[in-house]
Amino acid sequence: MSRTTIIPIGPQHPAFLEPLNVSLELKEERVVGATLNLGYNHRGMEHALSLDYKKSQYLVERVCGICSNHHSAAYCQTVEAIYGVEVPERARIIRTITMECQRITSHLLALGHIAEVVGYENLFMQCFRERELVMRLVNEITGNRVHYSTNVIGGVKRDIDAAMERRIEDVMSDLRPRLEELHAIFSRDSTFVKRTKGIGKLTREQAIDWCVVGPVARASGVAQDVREDGFAAYDRVRLRPVVREEGDCYARTMVRMDECLRSVDLIEECLPLLKEGSVVLSVKGHPSGEGISRVEAPRGELMYYVKAIGKLQLDRVKIRTPAFVNVPAVQAMLPGARLADVPVITVSLDPCICCTDR
Amino acid sequence: MGLLDRIGVRSPWILHFDTGSCNGCDLEVWALLTPRYDVERFGGVNRANPKQADILLITGPVTKKCEDRLRNLYEQVPEPKLVMACGNCASTGAPFHNCYNVCQGVDKVIPVDVYVPGCAARPEALIDGLIKALSMWEEKARAAREVKG
Repeated sequence: MSRTTIIPIGPQHPAFLEPLNVSLELKEERVVGATLNLGYNHRGMEHALSLDYKKSQYLVERVCGICSNHHSAAYCQTVEAIYGVEVPERARIIRTITMECQRITSHLLALGHIAEVVGYENLFMQCFRERELVMRLVNEITGNRVHYSTNVIGGVKRDIDAAMERRIEDVMSDLRPRLEELHAIFSRDSTFVKRTKGIGKLTREQAIDWCVVGPVARASGVAQDVREDGFAAYDRVRLRPVVREEGDCYARTMVRMDECLRSVDLIEECLPLLKEGSVVLSVKGHPSGEGISRVEAPRGELMYYVKAIGKLQLDRVKIRTPAFVNVPAVQAMLPGARLADVPVITVSLDPCICCTDR
Repeated sequence: MGLLDRIGVRSPWILHFDTGSCNGCDLEVWALLTPRYDVERFGGVNRANPKQADILLITGPVTKKCEDRLRNLYEQVPEPKLVMACGNCASTGAPFHNCYNVCQGVDKVIPVDVYVPGCAARPEALIDGLIKALSMWEEKARAAREVKG
């Protein structure tokens, strides 16, 4: 018996949140090949973003709801680079705080999702319970739960007052033991470890070949983190990138779990750095010239290129999202896996189809 | 009304489909299923099977590639069925107005019963929409039973 069978999964499938189609080539229970079919979520964002650079400050968050603040930060940084202005320090620290808050919500979503896919519904609920704490905190800081709309060209729209600083401190000290509890479950629970250890291996060489970024690369031993370049206020805090060597689903999950705890550290480190000052700088005239900027989104390196021509319209907006390079790497992980492990492997990449397709 | 009728109309199954949304509303739909908001207390359960679904919950402005898939899913859902458009872009396609690859809202493709505004739709608004959908679906299910006799 050596006939291969082709099984299509998606675009609507219980394991995937988003429309994604994978054609699996199977020999009995083993996967021998996988073909990705993307584009269900292509809305033409790059075209829409180039229509009006001022409105794009807010539209850019609609590229992806999970890492919306990182998108707007990257876009604003690019346009600021074109203007050649330096953002006030207080604004940079506030950006760092909101970006780290969003990293926690995004990672907890990914952790909850993988817990649900391995069949551990209770852990999924627990992840989302802790995530809700940060969602409510962000709602208080920025006024929104998903699209914060707080980054503008030249700074941020909302300041953090002394009462809010205390509130952030309280939530972080409340969150830390809860995350540590989650960490203990993810690292030791046999149900979870058995489903993920040694599954969906991506070696260091493969990781470099497929150009993966973010937690996926760091779980395969590639120590790469854009935050080390020091955008926003990351040059002021102590970064300790989480790197693991195994490259399996377990390593990817644990990298995200550790990064949640590091994010709490970073937010607590940022708060005392806040000094009196303005949070927004006004810029004059339409931008003209080219600019490029990178930030570390929850899924990895996010790059923006903008070409402005001194008008309200932009000549070109190019977005290179982390999921765009991470999702195809699933074709390197799936061959050799069992059919039952396919959802776990796919979800362990934390695929974001709205980022991939734009 | 028999016992089965009473139980049946109280627990519709929900099918969630993303037709090109930015994930913002999807996140809030997931937040609904989890401890703080927990919509299961109203009887709705999220099950990703169109053949057994009663309420179709759509997020996103419907991209051209998703259009046929959405129609296909809608046809698979048995009567009586109800469609709920979550968020501004599912309702009108607003943030993606005039984008070349979107159909400007779910109602351009399939009939919609409940619209939930917001970008992203807040969980409270989604609960409100779901309660409306539940009572509408109850009516529809009762009417269908009466016709059947």
